[in-house]
Amino acid sequence: MNLGFPLFPEQASTMAPKVDALLFFLVAVSVFFVTLIFFMIIFFAVKYRRRAEDERPRPIEGAFWLEVFWSLIPFGLTMVIFVWGAIIFVDIFSPPNDALEIGIVGRQWMWKAQHPEGQREINELHVPVRQPVKLMMTSEDVIHDFFLPAFRLKQDVLPGRYTRLWFEATKAGVYPLYCAEYCGTQHSGMTGRVVVLEPADFEKWLSGGATGMSMAELGESLFQRFGCAACHRATGTSQGPSLAGLFGKTVELQQGITVTADENYIRESIVDPRAKIVAGYQPIMPTFKGLVSEEAILQIIAYIKSLSAPERKPAQR
Amino acid sequence: MNDFEIERREHYLNVNYGIRSWLFTTDHKRIAWLYLLSVTLFFFIGGLFATLIRLELMTPQGDLVQAETYNKLFTMHGVTMIFFFLIPSIPAVLGNFLVPMMIGARDLAFPRLNLASWYIFILGGAFTLMAAAAGGVDTGWTFYTPYSSIYSNTHVVLTVVGVFVTGFSSILTGLNFIVTIHKMRAPGMTWFRLPLFIWAHYATSIIFILGTPVIAITLVLVGLERIFGLGIFDPALGGDPVLFQHLFWFYSHPAVYIMVLPAMGVVSELIACFSRKRVFGYNVVAFASLAIAVIGFLVWGHHMFVSGQSVHASILFSLLSFLVAIPSAVKVFNWTATLYKGSVSYDAPMLYALGFIGLFTIGGLTGLFLAALGIDVHVHDTYFVIAHFHYIMVGGSVMGYLGGIHFWWPKMTGRRYPEGWARLAALIIFIGFHLTFFPQFVLGYMGMPRRYHVYPPDFQVLNVMSTAGASILAVGYVLPLVYLIWSLRYGTVAGANPWGARGLEWETPSPPPTDNFERVPMVTEGAYAYEKDPEEIYSFGKPAHV
Amino acid sequence: MSKVEAFRQHHFDGVEQQHEASWLGMWVFLATEVMFFGGMFAAYFVYRHWYLLAFGSASNRLDIWLGAINTAVLICSSFTMALAVHSAETSRRKPLIRFLMLTIILGLVFLGIKFYEYHTKFEEYLVPGSSFRFEAALAAPAEIFFSFYFAMTGMHAVHMIIGIGLLTALIVRARRGHFSALYHTPVELTGLYWHFVDIVWIFLFPLLYLLGRHL
Repeated sequence: MNLGFPLFPEQASTMAPKVDALLFFLVAVSVFFVTLIFFMIIFFAVKYRRRAEDERPRPIEGAFWLEVFWSLIPFGLTMVIFVWGAIIFVDIFSPPNDALEIGIVGRQWMWKAQHPEGQREINELHVPVRQPVKLMMTSEDVIHDFFLPAFRLKQDVLPGRYTRLWFEATKAGVYPLYCAEYCGTQHSGMTGRVVVLEPADFEKWLSGGATGMSMAELGESLFQRFGCAACHRATGTSQGPSLAGLFGKTVELQQGITVTADENYIRESIVDPRAKIVAGYQPIMPTFKGLVSEEAILQIIAYIKSLSAPERKPAQR
Repeated sequence: MNDFEIERREHYLNVNYGIRSWLFTTDHKRIAWLYLLSVTLFFFIGGLFATLIRLELMTPQGDLVQAETYNKLFTMHGVTMIFFFLIPSIPAVLGNFLVPMMIGARDLAFPRLNLASWYIFILGGAFTLMAAAAGGVDTGWTFYTPYSSIYSNTHVVLTVVGVFVTGFSSILTGLNFIVTIHKMRAPGMTWFRLPLFIWAHYATSIIFILGTPVIAITLVLVGLERIFGLGIFDPALGGDPVLFQHLFWFYSHPAVYIMVLPAMGVVSELIACFSRKRVFGYNVVAFASLAIAVIGFLVWGHHMFVSGQSVHASILFSLLSFLVAIPSAVKVFNWTATLYKGSVSYDAPMLYALGFIGLFTIGGLTGLFLAALGIDVHVHDTYFVIAHFHYIMVGGSVMGYLGGIHFWWPKMTGRRYPEGWARLAALIIFIGFHLTFFPQFVLGYMGMPRRYHVYPPDFQVLNVMSTAGASILAVGYVLPLVYLIWSLRYGTVAGANPWGARGLEWETPSPPPTDNFERVPMVTEGAYAYEKDPEEIYSFGKPAHV
Repeated sequence: MSKVEAFRQHHFDGVEQQHEASWLGMWVFLATEVMFFGGMFAAYFVYRHWYLLAFGSASNRLDIWLGAINTAVLICSSFTMALAVHSAETSRRKPLIRFLMLTIILGLVFLGIKFYEYHTKFEEYLVPGSSFRFEAALAAPAEIFFSFYFAMTGMHAVHMIIGIGLLTALIVRARRGHFSALYHTPVELTGLYWHFVDIVWIFLFPLLYLLGRHL
């Protein structure tokens, strides 16, 4: 049915059909119950309409088994919906290991993206089709939300923390990006596009306007420029813990607490170094809050990641 | 009974005259009128903001108002409607008027506290209107930090003070109802003989007293952060903006049950009266109200599935959210079953009650969509959510409120409203409502986010449909304002029980005397005993007075 | 009309009903107060969990002796309040008035010490805001600690001031001979309120002042 305007969003990710399947089930259940209730009400209201002013219907208290019946049926149905929804949700929060990682920084009222190879974009995000992509996102000011309706995905973007969103696009094309958490005056202007390209086109785009340095390389130059290398030596003794092979490992802090060295841990160590002190080291690292931008932090993290497992290029499909 | 006889008999409206007798009254019935006038004013103010919003949204560009103004409009619409109309409406108007009468008491437990409640409400409203007049606030009614505590340049503190103050009005009303229902029931009025309207208000009052203080303290913290530059919710200072969301929603989710439970209480009364049968499964419906109140305190995290909250917490909140739906579904089935083999008439209050059931069913089912984690990720913060809550709050609560106003209007005023106009208005509201809000479900799934001043052109047709519906809805709301006021002077004089209903409030003249009952009522039957005559159910003993 | 009847409000069926209703009303109100302070306690606990070290260090800057004295002062005031209620129950007007006055005095002593504490915090640059100074590494969470310190003890102080107002009103009524064994509900209920405010402090004191001691 072509009305000249769409009534349903495109399906452009692996998640979209899964979400839509649950939607259709819910719509079917709702249509059934709405029809049932509307019909019963109209039927009863007409069939039992008042015919004489002095009518006195026989009182009916209730029926225990009927109550049980129409409690258990909704209970069963809702549990099915719950489990189905939870399964999709866990999937949404489980990025695959070989995802291409892209950094996103949101701020009033624009989106900035950083590719590992170094490309930067504003209010646009180019990604290859049929390739998992994981976005590492943070905000420079208030809470925003990165929303891709064609992918059926969104995630709040918070200041002071990273949140993640992963997807695998299934169809080349251009899809809308919206901010979906009210963030001030130009909230409705904080929109953009996701451009999904065939692998060949994506490679072409990558080599197109790049700065030449990848995120990890930029991160390494920052690492040197800010003097991090002075304390965080890879070999020999150093004032700060070595960062080689650190990413993803368990770190033992003072007082026996352990944490995983993930993106949030590294970011916190840069802006608030005294929050967590590694066992066996002194709390002497100065804070870099205000000295490094969010994009720079993402680059440093990319560099530290590159010090871990062997160079992992996203699998080509 | 004619005009002359009404005027000659003394009742609560004519027992004394003058503005002072109203502003210093402790009569719960007069206080109900004070609330009626104030919430009606706030309803139309909130409606004005809604009108401007829908007019702006007719076109994709922002051509009617600027972005900042638009942001203030939707914020003020939400704040006004939620805190100054929906939350007080049924409890403070119908609850105040009817709770003592339905249980056979002469007044609420604390009449002076009741009056104080209204003054506090007015004071809070004054602060909020002052904030609006001074330029408004643009944070959204949810006041999310750090935008509200640090970044917004608008009158956040003034608005927050207004909401804080009004919260005490709710707390005191809830306190009054709980004590009254516990301690002041007439002889023979046991718990399971109470009208379901009372059960609904009891459950609502529990939420009033346990939930409202939490938002009070949350708003205090936001205000302090803004004024003194504290770092409680500011991530740059080590604070956590998501903690604000937890504290905010801990109250604001139960608040939606404050808005719907009283309407459900009204619907029970209307369905019973206009089917001339007791409500099917009375005990179950009574317990369902309590269950909704209790479980309603455990689901707040379903507003935060994509907030950065842990996956485990989200899964737990989703499960509980499905559980809270069940008692509501059971009520819908019980009301429908009440019609079975009843004697159904189609007076305006019944049309509102049936409309409530239909619209609440749709609204409630769409709540299942939102509780389903996988779907919520997509539709969170889109027009889908807006459609869902308007189905419940407007399609539900407002219909319940209007149905109740019409039903008890003869009791409150001694006059009947014009039935033909009332049925027409109910129909207009029902149709206008669907046209306004159903397209928003589609818009939401398409991806149109909330709180958007401008939008992509693809969304225009549905927006225009929605605005057209809103104009019809507006007509539907203005009609009762006109004919109800008209009826005060020209309406047919009503007797004590024009609907042939059962309930203590119908066993006293319309309008009632100040002390409600000349003699102490005594109850020997449960509620809605339509198969018996009132004389077989209620008797009156010694003179009620002091 | 008997002394009792003079105070029966006409919408109640009898004094018994009025008394029961008043009691239930006060308990329901105290439940709302629990939720009110509870919200702050919950937020405080969350931050304490995240910033244990900083909170401990900040807590050490509070004067534990003043806090302990204040605790003792409040407990004594609850005692004098209980004695006041007892005096009302036994129709002894003069002791009632004296104990109410003692309670007020103890309450004022508490507030005096509290405001002296606030003053010293001000002088030590520990008031959150632009003038806050603390050891750099822990400054942000310490400022959060002090935000809660002032918010929670400030809220508590507001409740104390209201309580003192209520006690003053009670003294005025007591002097007019309103209270006796037959009717003393306002004294009982104010006593409940006062004890509640005392209990809130019993929780505040260890949470805020003693935190650093056991680390």
